[in-house]
Amino acid sequence: MNRTQKAALIVLAMVALAALAAGLLAPSYSQQFRDSISAPPSSRFPLGTDDLGRDRLARLLYGTRVSVLLAPAAALLSTLLAGLIGGTAGYLGGRWERIVTAAIDLFLSLPWLFLLLAIRALLPLNTSPVASVTITFLLLGCLGWASPARIIRAGTRSLANSDFLLQARAAGTPSARLIWRHLLPNLRPMLAAQFWLSIPVFILSEANLGLLGLGISEPLPSWGALLRELENYSAVLQNPWMLAPAVLLVAVVSCLQLLLRTEDRTPC
Amino acid sequence: MLTRVLLRQARRLLIVLLLGGLLGATLVRLGSGFGVDERELDPRLSPDTRAAIHAEHATENNIVIFYAHYLAGLARGDLGFSRSLNRPISKLLAERLPVSLESLAYGVLGGVALGLGLALLTVWWRVPGADLAPAVLSGLCLAVPAAVLALVFLWIGASGRWAIALIVFPHVYRYSKNVLAAMRQSPHVPAAEARGLSPARVFWAHVFTPAAPQLAAIAGLAVSLAFGASIPIEVICDTPGVGQLAWRAALDRDLPLLVIITMLIALMTLVANSLADLALAAWAPASDAF
Repeated sequence: MNRTQKAALIVLAMVALAALAAGLLAPSYSQQFRDSISAPPSSRFPLGTDDLGRDRLARLLYGTRVSVLLAPAAALLSTLLAGLIGGTAGYLGGRWERIVTAAIDLFLSLPWLFLLLAIRALLPLNTSPVASVTITFLLLGCLGWASPARIIRAGTRSLANSDFLLQARAAGTPSARLIWRHLLPNLRPMLAAQFWLSIPVFILSEANLGLLGLGISEPLPSWGALLRELENYSAVLQNPWMLAPAVLLVAVVSCLQLLLRTEDRTPC
Repeated sequence: MLTRVLLRQARRLLIVLLLGGLLGATLVRLGSGFGVDERELDPRLSPDTRAAIHAEHATENNIVIFYAHYLAGLARGDLGFSRSLNRPISKLLAERLPVSLESLAYGVLGGVALGLGLALLTVWWRVPGADLAPAVLSGLCLAVPAAVLALVFLWIGASGRWAIALIVFPHVYRYSKNVLAAMRQSPHVPAAEARGLSPARVFWAHVFTPAAPQLAAIAGLAVSLAFGASIPIEVICDTPGVGQLAWRAALDRDLPLLVIITMLIALMTLVANSLADLALAAWAPASDAF
């Protein structure tokens, strides 16, 4: 880990801590201060208030908590699905592998946002904030499996044909033990890499969905929902601190990318 | 070899389209409001008339018959009817597809030109830190959501198509730079330099040309990325394209329209990927000979 990556890790840790401590640092994200509507930054409200009198800093911290903590949850779900589907296909081979490969091709040929919109439209649009959070991140987790599954399938296939697994099989090791003791430990680095790579993708997807009005419902804040304020250009010009969610989002995704930086040799 | 690749691509296209059609039909079938006819709400109608209207949709309740009707309709070019916009889907697409395709063409070509150009410059110009500015720019473009990029372009009064180019650019740049740098480090390159060939000739004949088939593979990805980015960019920049149509369809829960758009985009992405694979197959014998 070089110095830049260490700095990125420190920034991410600080953002995660601030998000976790949102309750201590700021009052409620939905409390409306009717005496301070659209107030500029002050000692009471370091990022001012929005047009409903809500503390922007509190909303940013709670929004960060939603976006930064739930994106890994969605990434975990998609990695588990990818591991299950891709791993089974790679291990079993034959017809199952061909079916899974066709399904992966189908999913990868559908542009991500179009697929998200199609499935999101199928689900209720006017839901409670908690339900909208669940729907958004479950959707991201359930639809994001295809790209990691392709890599995990190839990795499992290669492991399944390896000498040590052949020896273990020849020694009469049962399938369950083969998978648990020999296959999974060797797949773990690949699964971890796919998990970490999915996080920035899901953060950006939530932001895009939020800006399109298909993400998390008000009054619950998320980065996507907070970015909707930026559509009012004249207000942004007069109140540049409204850009704080965008700056924080770009900083967090940049830090994640710095940490994950690898020499990518394949278009995926 | 080319025929084999062509056949493989055609088979893949057919399978994916068939599966996509079934998936789309399932979404439409499961969507809210399916099988409900507004005429049934008319209080002037007698129970017999209502029953007759209801019977018109009876075949649709059988999911297998519904799939068959849906796919047969698609095969005949009947794309269905948009409930939210009250117009045939084919007409909506005929109006909006050219707008999107023009934006996408500019975006993809701009992104590929910028990404490939900067990658070529970075690999050619072997000065420490030469890749700093392109790396920072590509990192920044990767970290900004397409919708925010579209807002920035809207604020500065630029066309949204260039925002698509900035979405495509970092992927093309990173991939091309890695491919070209790996090719530059191949043992045949110092051998060519030792023979006294000019740097330009070494770079063109021994780095770029052998890497070209691998670089062509990025075309499919660029098209897919551009289509994905077109939704937020067309919505924010108010461009009357297919991306904006998909967004409206999602908000109005117009699933027949949304499914057709998604399948059309999938088809275009697949064709772009297949063309890239075919170009690769056509190029491979030449590069092997080289």
